[in-house]
Amino acid sequence: MSDGALLELHELTKRFPGVLANDRVSFSIGEGEIHALLGENGAGKSTLVKMIYGVLHPDGGEMRLRGEVFAPARPSDARKAGIGMVFQHFSLFEALSVAENIALGVSPELAAGDLRGRVIEVSGAYGLQLDPDRLVGELSVGIRQRVEIVRCLLQDPRLIIMDEPTSVLTPQEVEVLFETLNRLKSQGCAILYISHKLEEIRALCDQATVLRGGKVVATCIPRKETAKSLAEMMIGTTLVPPSRQAGEIGPVRLRVERLSLESADPFGVDLVDISFEVRAGEIFGIAGVAGNGQNRLMEALIGERPAAHASSIVLDGEEVGTKGPAERRRRAMCFIPEERLGHGAVPDMSLWENVVLSGRERRGLTTNGFIDVARSNACAREIVTDFKVKTAGVSHVARSLSGGNLQKFIVGREILQAPSVLIAAQPTWGVDAGAAAAIHKVLLRLAKEGAAILVISQDLDELFAISTRISVIAGGRVSLPEDVANLTIEKIGLAMGGHQTGGAEHAQA
Amino acid sequence: MLRLETRKEPSRLMLYATPFVAVVLTMLAGVVLFAALGKDPAKAVWLIFFEPLTSLYSLSELIVKATPLVLIAVGLSLGFRAGIWNIGAEGQFTIGAAAGGAVALALYDVQGVWVLPAMCLAGTLGGMAWAAIPAFLRVRFNANEILVSLMLVYVAVLILGLLVHGPLRDPEGHNFPESRLFHDAATLPLLIEGTRAHVGALVALAVVAITWVLLQRHMIGFQIKVLGQAPHAASFAGFSRPRLVWFSFMVSGGLAGLAGLIEAAGPVGQLVPALPVGYGFTAIIVAFLGRLHPLGILLGGLLLALTYIGGEGAQIAMSLPSATTSVFQGMLLFFLLASDVLVNYNIRRVARGPAVAPVSEAEE
Repeated sequence: MSDGALLELHELTKRFPGVLANDRVSFSIGEGEIHALLGENGAGKSTLVKMIYGVLHPDGGEMRLRGEVFAPARPSDARKAGIGMVFQHFSLFEALSVAENIALGVSPELAAGDLRGRVIEVSGAYGLQLDPDRLVGELSVGIRQRVEIVRCLLQDPRLIIMDEPTSVLTPQEVEVLFETLNRLKSQGCAILYISHKLEEIRALCDQATVLRGGKVVATCIPRKETAKSLAEMMIGTTLVPPSRQAGEIGPVRLRVERLSLESADPFGVDLVDISFEVRAGEIFGIAGVAGNGQNRLMEALIGERPAAHASSIVLDGEEVGTKGPAERRRRAMCFIPEERLGHGAVPDMSLWENVVLSGRERRGLTTNGFIDVARSNACAREIVTDFKVKTAGVSHVARSLSGGNLQKFIVGREILQAPSVLIAAQPTWGVDAGAAAAIHKVLLRLAKEGAAILVISQDLDELFAISTRISVIAGGRVSLPEDVANLTIEKIGLAMGGHQTGGAEHAQA
Repeated sequence: MLRLETRKEPSRLMLYATPFVAVVLTMLAGVVLFAALGKDPAKAVWLIFFEPLTSLYSLSELIVKATPLVLIAVGLSLGFRAGIWNIGAEGQFTIGAAAGGAVALALYDVQGVWVLPAMCLAGTLGGMAWAAIPAFLRVRFNANEILVSLMLVYVAVLILGLLVHGPLRDPEGHNFPESRLFHDAATLPLLIEGTRAHVGALVALAVVAITWVLLQRHMIGFQIKVLGQAPHAASFAGFSRPRLVWFSFMVSGGLAGLAGLIEAAGPVGQLVPALPVGYGFTAIIVAFLGRLHPLGILLGGLLLALTYIGGEGAQIAMSLPSATTSVFQGMLLFFLLASDVLVNYNIRRVARGPAVAPVSEAEE
């Protein structure tokens, strides 16, 4: 590695049960360099920076900070060594003032001194106007991020890690942030910038390391690349859709029409006028970067939050927009939510009880409100056998299963209910390759048998592999669908980054 | 150095063992406490925990005290399992007693086997009505049910006071603030002659059995458990939270009201301002001590009844302060919650320091 390197990573490896999150990752960051860490969700970016910041500890490999071995046991070690981090989700108390919040996050020596003065001084020096006496609760998201950055700067960091800093900012706020980052750079502070927004990285960063499946797949100078080439590095060039036997595409089974839903939480994304339809025999994919309204869309489709108009969701010709999950299931609509533990399954309940959770209607597991335990057990065993779920028995609790096994169980639970419409969010998220392939196979088979399947996923590989048509969700809007055959990575990558492809405003005929 | 490790699955053994651990720890802490007070610790623990078990009379008193505790705690446990916190059972108990008692007094000249059932019905409805206030405010305005139900306790006690000072006061009672004694048809039949144990205990047993079946086998019990353990999964399944809030408040309020009526129509035999003696609060301890499980609650109710009777006995025999009973009950809950950590965690002895092993190896 170069002599001027500030931080060098050498073959850093981190293993979680069932996944290799980081596989011998090596790269280096120079002094005063803005270094992009680029990759899709699940590529291992967060794991990597958590190791640099001392939150996680590597299973192998080593880090060197200015040539010295660097092995932070906890974040305070990293901070002492001059590494600061601005998290994607802020850790601020809304009911406290800016100065109080900062005092809570810095070393006691710093907090005891003239902190207010230091805050004013530092925020002035970097053009980050901040009033130390304002309550955080009154501040906009952009200003809150400023508080986090100033808190970081007070410790004179040599390297600042920024995790998706622009994901919550308006374009104007992004501009201000970039000015700040450039000023930091000119003063010799290095920045590790995590993002999957390609244009941003091209505008800001000096160097980029691309992670994919936990491995470094490329390093480049972003200015010399195009958004397309960056996207190809990030997604991989294997995005050729596999030759799928063209199944019988039948009538429309699920129609979503002008669905709008306001987010319950103030920073959430509202759904705006979403329209699409899914036909029997097809797998319809909705791609998109996390936090663009996928969760809200899933809630609306499951019926956890009913839509304002019954006509917003039409299931086999019947308007179900205002109906709840149980009534939709009765009409053969089934769901695989993104979050396995706590949403799709109750962690501390046995597998057979988790079958009752969603399968009680369609599998006939209750009589007069009483649970048929024997039948539920039989159903659970059927799922375990058919879907090769590894478990010691169906009376074990859901949380004792590995992620991949539990996902197979949930997929099996829903598929054995013989759905005519299946909605799946991130069906292979965090699942090992073998299980993922099995799940894909099952979905393809179900579609071939005449079900309409909707897959909402951030994993483009997955969508290209299994779906017939793909739309993109960005900012709570869903673009017009395209046939996979006509789609290019550039098109989809740009749409995922928030560029409108022009289709979002139009309702589908 | 000790470290807590998350268990892969909650330990069944510990789930049932920790209540006993809590009882033993409470006894040990009691020994220390009494020694510090200069009292004979062995004698005090004997008087509180064992002496009441040695005579028929105190055993029957055990049943008298355990009956309202178990009734209330079983009702509360349903809500607690769903993460719905009715802390105001004491108030529902009081209003139930007042409503049922009012029926008894209104039918003062009437004899008949249907008088008691009518009183029970009125008591249950009274408790439900009082519980309907926090339930409605929770569902409609998202008001915190803990605060609302708790504050309504004090309102309920004042209402009872108002009633026995006014409309329900005994006309021949020399202006004492208490009602007439209920006549025979309005008093619960005794289980054992010569004691105060009454048929209310059978009602409590029946409620335990029914609730056990509901929780084990019925969808309503299943919904309650899912809502408590994973609210998001409950909405995925399509269980309605407002409906479960109403259900658990109606059951817990109704049972607390029934317990109030049983107390008034049983051992007390009239309405007095001092009728609410804290069963509604103690039942919270009973519910947790019993692991929110109906059978566990039955045992927990008996244990807490024991501390009531034993505590009183010890106060008289050893001139201990009257707070002894509450202190013991509080310690019991404290130790139970503390030892609960063993259900989900293993305690491991670790050589030194937190898990930095791979990193420190790299440093060497």
